[in-house]
Amino acid sequence: MPFIANSDADRAAMLAAIGVKSSDELFLDIPAAKRYPELGLPDGISELEVLREIESLASRNVAANTCAWFLGAGAYNHFIPSVVPALAMRGEFLSAYTPYQPEVSQGTLQAIFEYQSMAAKLFGVDTVNASHYDGATALAEAVLMAYNHGAERKRILIPAALHPEYKEVLKTYLTAFEVDIAEYEGDPKAAAAKTDAASCCFVASYPDFEGRVHDLTGVADAVHAAGALFIVHTDPIMLGLFKSPGELGADIVTAEGQALGNAMNYGGPFLGMMGATQKFVRKMPGRIVGQAADHEGRRGFVLTLSAREQHIRREKAVSNICSNQGLVMLMATIYLEALGKQGLKAVAELCWNKAHYAAAAIAKLPGFSVAPGVFFKEFVVKTPRPAAEIADKLARRCVVAGLPLSRYYPDRTHELLVCVTEMNTKAQIELLASSLAEVTK
Amino acid sequence: MNLTPEALAYEISSPGRVGVALPLCDVPAAALPAAMLRAELDLPELDELTVVRHFTRLSQKNFSIDTQYYPLGSCTMKYNPKANDQAASQPGWKNSHPLVGDEYSQGSIELMHRLQEGLSATGGFAGVSLQPAAGAQGELAGVLMIRDYLRDIGQGQRKKMLIPDSAHGTNPATCTMVGFEVLTIPSNAEGGVDLDALKAACDDSVAGIMITNPSTLGLFERNIELIAKIVHEAGGLVYGDGANMNAIAGIVRPVDLGIDVMHYNLHKTFSTPHGGGGPGVGMVGANALLLDYLPGPIAVIQGAKYAMAMPKKSIGRLKSFYGNFAVLVRAYTYLRMLGGNGLRRMAENAVINANYLKVLLEKTYKVKYPRRCMHEFVAMGDVAEGVRTLDIAKRLIDYGYHPPTIYFPLIVPEALMIEPTETESKETLDAFATAMIAIAEEAKANPALLHEAPHHTPVGRLDEVAAARCPILCYRG
Repeated sequence: MPFIANSDADRAAMLAAIGVKSSDELFLDIPAAKRYPELGLPDGISELEVLREIESLASRNVAANTCAWFLGAGAYNHFIPSVVPALAMRGEFLSAYTPYQPEVSQGTLQAIFEYQSMAAKLFGVDTVNASHYDGATALAEAVLMAYNHGAERKRILIPAALHPEYKEVLKTYLTAFEVDIAEYEGDPKAAAAKTDAASCCFVASYPDFEGRVHDLTGVADAVHAAGALFIVHTDPIMLGLFKSPGELGADIVTAEGQALGNAMNYGGPFLGMMGATQKFVRKMPGRIVGQAADHEGRRGFVLTLSAREQHIRREKAVSNICSNQGLVMLMATIYLEALGKQGLKAVAELCWNKAHYAAAAIAKLPGFSVAPGVFFKEFVVKTPRPAAEIADKLARRCVVAGLPLSRYYPDRTHELLVCVTEMNTKAQIELLASSLAEVTK
Repeated sequence: MNLTPEALAYEISSPGRVGVALPLCDVPAAALPAAMLRAELDLPELDELTVVRHFTRLSQKNFSIDTQYYPLGSCTMKYNPKANDQAASQPGWKNSHPLVGDEYSQGSIELMHRLQEGLSATGGFAGVSLQPAAGAQGELAGVLMIRDYLRDIGQGQRKKMLIPDSAHGTNPATCTMVGFEVLTIPSNAEGGVDLDALKAACDDSVAGIMITNPSTLGLFERNIELIAKIVHEAGGLVYGDGANMNAIAGIVRPVDLGIDVMHYNLHKTFSTPHGGGGPGVGMVGANALLLDYLPGPIAVIQGAKYAMAMPKKSIGRLKSFYGNFAVLVRAYTYLRMLGGNGLRRMAENAVINANYLKVLLEKTYKVKYPRRCMHEFVAMGDVAEGVRTLDIAKRLIDYGYHPPTIYFPLIVPEALMIEPTETESKETLDAFATAMIAIAEEAKANPALLHEAPHHTPVGRLDEVAAARCPILCYRG
């Protein structure tokens, strides 16, 4: 087997040094009747054969690179510059462990420090941690932070238009705690007044699941006046253009960072981003990297504030989180540095312009209308026939039109969530509009 | 290693530079809501070559499996075959979307189904869920499954979880997240669970036990079947922490030993890269009793098609969508290349390597529990007056080795937890042992060499206390 160096002769010498005749003698602690079961697994095959099998399986998916693609809803089709995978897949990054030995992990540690620095600027907060499993778990952990901070406050205000799967994850994470999750409809500015002395936090989705961007000015004041924390869940691409949550008074900011240089990969691995203002740094879960100096005064980076974490505090830890999304975070770091100040803004502008062009084109079609209000990258289209039926017809023409909202809301049969990014050309947008018109004639 | 200091991206930024060219906008510009826009965006400005050199140089400041021997106990730093990455890089995976509909994702779902079947076979599970994104999430899933099952059979008062004192910190932290109380069970003289303490703890408040087998001491729990029997008879369930499956995959199925629910770290046993901290997968498997409680959705066969479906009594979702899919592709690739015969060979070689290295080292470094070990062993670094395990670890870096895990498990003073893995050759183990023995001699003859180590790294030992006292967590330009 190519992944085992030792030959039979090597093994014989090693077994002799150990003082046993065969490796079977090393497993005598395992109950004899249970040892060496028949697993029913086929024998191993060669790399060539496995790769052929994998290629054949992968080709059975409908993939965004072969269609006109307008589906987002939490997983986004954005451009990934070649430098991102080329650098991130270097073995020195890919096959390194968590940087617990800082002297031999400065590459990983400095990259995380740069990620934290850039994400903090993007979010407009003081500190960002070294990532969570995805946006949903980052948000769930942020709510837990607020709940633990709020002592007796049991109420959690979340938008009705939060990603439905995020709501499910929130429910799982909060299952052991006595909480009251209350959903509010529509504009957070109006809803913020509902924050009261029993509320530990008010969550805003910026943009929300349906692509709407609510103006959050003044929300923080109302939430803080009630003594609660303001949590904003956001899209990092949108922040290339729009005001940062920190500027709008958020205490904790979370985001799904997949769009920053990571492929959709059928939904994972993604990047859970979390940041907070200075006041909450020591309450944040997850790994955090800090700057340090050695005895000669040379700058270096270390994992820090570990007194919060499970390997030190065990049952008193702020979360059980251990591993993070290191490689995904590295991809986001390379992406942000390659695009930089101008590039991220340009991506956001392309998304803005193309999505608005698409919305205008669809709104003109007979029987179709587009939800009003400010939106970014995504918008809801009312359809004259069931959206699932339309999406299915278009998919057969290699146009993936969006997400029929009936997937999550059985009553909303005639609504389609359409996503447009820099990946969509004008010709694709026109193909979408003409295809929608044709299948609903 | 690259010893030259590398400036931060912000420090080498220059106004007007950009590293990626984007297409010109081919549609008319739409008006922006001016009052909602940000005034400035402080990101670095770099050209492409500068970005490439920056990250290439940073990479050269890391130790990694591809460049160094990495005997990091409990982490299974085995070689990660390149075929895994090649398999995961297929455009059909990278560009597949979790919400396009099962009909259009048959390739992804079939792969997940095949992996579920393969992993079930290795553990004797009735079914598995690939959703947990990490070992800690697998634990959360498993303990929630136990809680819900107990609730459903009218035993919801059981909220006490028994955890051996050698366990990973995630075990007790997970119990807190589930609202369980933790009762620590001491180890006996041979490093196993103290059965008297276990029996004394078993009453009608016990939800179960979380047991790592082989334990973090690298020892197989000989009494595992008896432990499971005691806990089951008391009305509790047995959670298996599969962090150390590398020693027993293909040798024994955990369910056959009385385990009810268990997680595996696919980034350990199934060779998916650690990526400097993640992403991992903490797949969770269950016996028939707990099958319906698995987190979901999971891959199933419906008629002639594959579909994603929620188990009947599922504890729910742990993350959005279906798990860390690109990691699953890597694990599947590895499992196919190994097959049933290869898995057993993998475990046998991991255990041979560990016992061989233990024999080479145990005359110099005491091993607290001198039994035959499984895939790892825990030695002690107190080889000379005034020298600590930390000093030995740092000196190993001068010899070009990544240090073992240190000061864990907590029950062994000055612990050096060494896991050689099966992918290392006899020559590598011999050379590592020679270095360890040389360091023990240095510790007596010239301890300053150890105290000042490492000598040949981009930075020396960093002042972590000062870093935590006044944290600098972002660039302050």
